Amino acid sequence: MTDPVRYVAKNMRLDLRLIAEMIAPGSRVLDIGCGDGALIDELTRMRGCDARGIEIDMAEVAQTISRGLPVMHGDADSDLSHYPDRAFDYVVLSRTLQAVEQPRVVLRQMLRISERAIVSFPNFGHWQVRLQLLLRGRMPMTSVWARPWYETPNIHPCSIRDFFALCETEGYEVERWLAIDDAGRKSPWRRFSGLANVFGEQALFQLRRV
Amino acid sequence: MDQSDATRIAHQSAVFTDGLLLDCGQRLPSVTMAYRTYGALNAARSNAVLICHALTGDQYVGETHPLTGRGPWWETVVGPGRPVDTERYFVICANVLGGCMGSTGPMDPRAPGEAPWGTDFPPITIRDMVRAQKKLIDHLGIARLFAVIGGSMGGMQVLEWAATYPQMVFAAVPIATAGHHSAQNIAFNEVGRQAIFSDPDFAGGQYYSTGRVPAGGLGVARMVAHITYLSEEALSRKFGRKLQGGQAAAQALALFGDMFQVESYLQHQGSTFVRRFDANSYLTITRAMDYYDLAAEHDGDLSRAFTGTRTRFCVISFSSDWLFPTRESRAIARALNKAAANVSFVEIESDKGHDAFLLDEPDLSRVLAGFLGGCAQHAGLESEAR
Repeated sequence: MTDPVRYVAKNMRLDLRLIAEMIAPGSRVLDIGCGDGALIDELTRMRGCDARGIEIDMAEVAQTISRGLPVMHGDADSDLSHYPDRAFDYVVLSRTLQAVEQPRVVLRQMLRISERAIVSFPNFGHWQVRLQLLLRGRMPMTSVWARPWYETPNIHPCSIRDFFALCETEGYEVERWLAIDDAGRKSPWRRFSGLANVFGEQALFQLRRV
Repeated sequence: MDQSDATRIAHQSAVFTDGLLLDCGQRLPSVTMAYRTYGALNAARSNAVLICHALTGDQYVGETHPLTGRGPWWETVVGPGRPVDTERYFVICANVLGGCMGSTGPMDPRAPGEAPWGTDFPPITIRDMVRAQKKLIDHLGIARLFAVIGGSMGGMQVLEWAATYPQMVFAAVPIATAGHHSAQNIAFNEVGRQAIFSDPDFAGGQYYSTGRVPAGGLGVARMVAHITYLSEEALSRKFGRKLQGGQAAAQALALFGDMFQVESYLQHQGSTFVRRFDANSYLTITRAMDYYDLAAEHDGDLSRAFTGTRTRFCVISFSSDWLFPTRESRAIARALNKAAANVSFVEIESDKGHDAFLLDEPDLSRVLAGFLGGCAQHAGLESEAR
């Protein structure tokens, strides 16, 4: 087996908490790319949710099941199609959308199997990214986009504005959104998407099927 | 070889004189289930764990085998302080219907005082095995099993339990198994069966009265099967091309005799097996595995076997298992997803092939212990136990 692709670093405590706060107690939740299961654990113990996970890294899966949490090996591209319609109240995809093969199909699947989708992704519209490409003429490397173009797993980068546009094309209602910095703290740009698209390092969206 | 030793020992058992209607339409007039238990049933009768054994396993999961003198067959999994902790859970293991360690099977007389069934023993299915186990569980006064756990053919029984008696199974752990027996697996079983048939001592299945057993045929069947339980890596690591008796033997190129160490290993596997296993049981049970197709029992859709299930599943496979490869386990997990079931699924990295589930695999132990611990919390077992 080849080494599993590690997605962007998951220093997630703060943005995990933000996500957990978006989820109504007692909900059925699927966390795609659940890593060590921190969100599932939080939702199960603190919010009485029926929370489950999918994770691509087999060692992480074994570790998380060993902690008594329900996780299955799989990935966003190939495993969502096996779930029935409306099996969940929330499906979470944190910092992974930009690394899947088919982001649009994955989003459709998420909003087929779930009432709501919570998606976070690194914002490619951030000013540092823009400036680096403009001044140096080379692929940007920042703390968020930390790996060179030839080995990054992030094959589908997008900006906050791109994501808004996709939601409109696909007919998804953006119920909530906010920009956050790399540590997961909320940024003050949340009311102005243009500013958020320049200054937000990460974006967090809650979508609903219309 | 003389009569099998398997007939000579007494087993703890329960007799069900109301009999059992089999999938084939025949009715067994009386069913005996030989079983062992370990640990204690709690006051709420909620901590029972049923272990389902594989093709050539038996009920002696947690103790020295009375016939072979070998240690418990799932020593790393079942016992005090083990993942299936006998200080916490009440562990039950029964010899399968059709077996030869005391449960009703081809060695038994058709009726008291009559000749043994032999090959006239009705064909049975995995579901028949499970129905027979259900009688035992009812007899023990257990309304719901906390967990049903098994590998290989034991895993087939686990899935059949969850599909047939969903309300009786809180947690299910099918390990190194599949939703149906594949053409390749049926093919290997058929080679084994043909080896038995072609042994003159088989005597059309009525060898019990001859004082001899088809040891040659059954031994070959075991040798073929044993290869499928291992992996090329494991065989290479263990034996490579090492010769019996060192280089001297290599000088004389001989057609016969066990030149290579792997040959004598397999022959040893074959010859020890025939001392503890009955050839007709082997035929009956391999057939039951071949018949097994859980999807076919549910309109061709495996997920329908689990519609509305509330059982929590943990599906486990091993990376080098080519007899029950990971893709079969993934198909089970996806069928469970389709049924919106609560399912964990992991492939454990091992080079030991199918046999890995019986061996000391630390990841298997960790996953099992963690999954059962999590389920115990959801089942409210913790508070009752402490």
